[in-house]
Amino acid sequence: MSRKTPEQIQNAADAIRKRILGLAIERGGCYLGQACSSAELVASLYLGVLNLGPSLGSMLAQPFPGVPSPDNMDYPKGSLYHGAPEPDKDRFFVSPAHYASVIYCALVEAGRLSPQATERFNVDGMNMEMIGAEHSPGFECTAGSLGQTVSIAAGTAHAYKMKGYSGKIYVMLSDGEIQEGQAWEAFQASSFYGLDNLIIYVDVNDQQVEGWTKDVMNLEPLDQRLEAFGCKAVRIDGHNIGELIEAAGTEHDGKPLVVLCHTDSAHGIPLLEKSKPFLHFVRIEGGNAEAFEQFYRQM
Amino acid sequence: MNIELNTHSKNIIQWAQTHPEFVVMSADLGSSCEVKEFSKCYPDRYFSMGIAEQNMVSWAAGLSREGYRPFLHTFGVFLYRRVLDQIEMSVAYPNLPVTFVGFLPGIMTPGGVSHQATNDVAVLRSIPNMTIFDIGDATEIESVIKLTYDVNGPTFIRMLRKEVPRLFPANEPMLFNRARTLTEGSDITLISSSICTEEAMRATAVLREKGLSIRHLHVSTLKPFTDPAIPEAIASSRYGCVTIENHVTIGGLGSAVADVIAEKGLGKRLIKVGIQDTYCHGASKMYLLKKYGLDAMALIAAIEDLTGQKFKIGEQELEAIRFEDYSAV
Repeated sequence: MSRKTPEQIQNAADAIRKRILGLAIERGGCYLGQACSSAELVASLYLGVLNLGPSLGSMLAQPFPGVPSPDNMDYPKGSLYHGAPEPDKDRFFVSPAHYASVIYCALVEAGRLSPQATERFNVDGMNMEMIGAEHSPGFECTAGSLGQTVSIAAGTAHAYKMKGYSGKIYVMLSDGEIQEGQAWEAFQASSFYGLDNLIIYVDVNDQQVEGWTKDVMNLEPLDQRLEAFGCKAVRIDGHNIGELIEAAGTEHDGKPLVVLCHTDSAHGIPLLEKSKPFLHFVRIEGGNAEAFEQFYRQM
Repeated sequence: MNIELNTHSKNIIQWAQTHPEFVVMSADLGSSCEVKEFSKCYPDRYFSMGIAEQNMVSWAAGLSREGYRPFLHTFGVFLYRRVLDQIEMSVAYPNLPVTFVGFLPGIMTPGGVSHQATNDVAVLRSIPNMTIFDIGDATEIESVIKLTYDVNGPTFIRMLRKEVPRLFPANEPMLFNRARTLTEGSDITLISSSICTEEAMRATAVLREKGLSIRHLHVSTLKPFTDPAIPEAIASSRYGCVTIENHVTIGGLGSAVADVIAEKGLGKRLIKVGIQDTYCHGASKMYLLKKYGLDAMALIAAIEDLTGQKFKIGEQELEAIRFEDYSAV
């Protein structure tokens, strides 16, 4: 996979934001704040960090293939969009499934999904749900219940270590879900097993459903807490493409690496500023629709 | 009757020799769950996960996605209550071959309510893709690992440890979703599982002498529950059916049988012997069997109710069988 320039990655991030705003206007709402906070993060991973093989997924949205069962294990998986699993290739696990629209739009920017596919986003009976599962493009596992994916990814990283694979296991986390006790169990165990092939990017947008994270259940000082659990933790500007790419190269011998990406959930769409800190799900209807439409046209 | 010792421990060490993907995970109760010897034989395939079961379950999902066969070891109670969401979302939904080896099923621990897995079957039976095995003797311990491989999806084993009787011939392994016929008869069908089968065998031996004709089936696969021998036996029983299980009578073996009777329209009466909608407390196995009505005497009372007969059986007639020490934690 050819790496993109920071400028190209910024353009991709802008396009992700714009596409999701378009969807939000069309559907009356979306997880828009998350798109604003994580567009650079996700674009940088797909276009500047991850070493993935060519996509094996369909370019177009597909009908929901059914839930996994003994009679349905060969359905098209979301991981197909990350290419065939090879010992020297990376894997990318997305934990906050609410970010599905960001992942779909990033796959479009990475040329792994057709722009037309997003027209079927969250359409009944299709595989690109608002909160999907492991059949949804870009999803390696079923992640909507928070705090579990970091453990699943750590188990995968453990397996890669035992097999001597050189590929790295990347995880995207949101900051709120680090309140889950299981996340800390996973950090503890990843450190215990010396998983230096595990790299976790956290969208630290300081907000969750009920408000500011510091008011709902404070996590800071997150870097010190993670370091105390045996991880290597760094803080970066989550909207700076250069820092996002460079962070993956941080030395972290014998330890998992956690990149705390400080972000702004109104970044690129200042109209959202006044709704902070309640940006979990942004409704666009009636009164505010015209302002968003006007903004969208000049993006 | 032979009593076998540490059968699971020997069995997994042997199994691992020819199955390099077989790995053991433990949540700090390995030495109480017969994996201590395994950890010495295969230190690279024994993963200590600490007292952190939720992470262990999801981590196992990651390992199994890479072709490993994780067998999670701790007390059964910690493998379904505090990890239910991890079982469902990390393992059961994707239908991954992860095996939960839950020790001390039902009242098999003096550890009291916090250690007794008394409603695990009820909870786990409602989970799609889940298969549940309930071990009854040493032969079944030896056969169950292969069955989990055959299932190739999430499996939960209610496992027995230390001294376990060999009730069934070593060369007659347990079969998937197939009950074992222990006695033939036409008055009643008696269906038992787990340690209650031994109690049921004691009761049937005496009742048959009193002239009662009993079809006794031992069940070791609790989900799926589609063995045609079950409805066939009940349909041909004069008085109906009695179940006995090491579990609450809501949602376990008795409820599974009730579903069969209703769905097949068999029109037979059912009496469910088991823990009656209560938590239990800590004490010896024999005390608990009696206190919570899981023993041979409780079963005989249920059969007297079903048949409308009195058999006048005293405890002294039920002697025979072993009473070894179950008080070790």
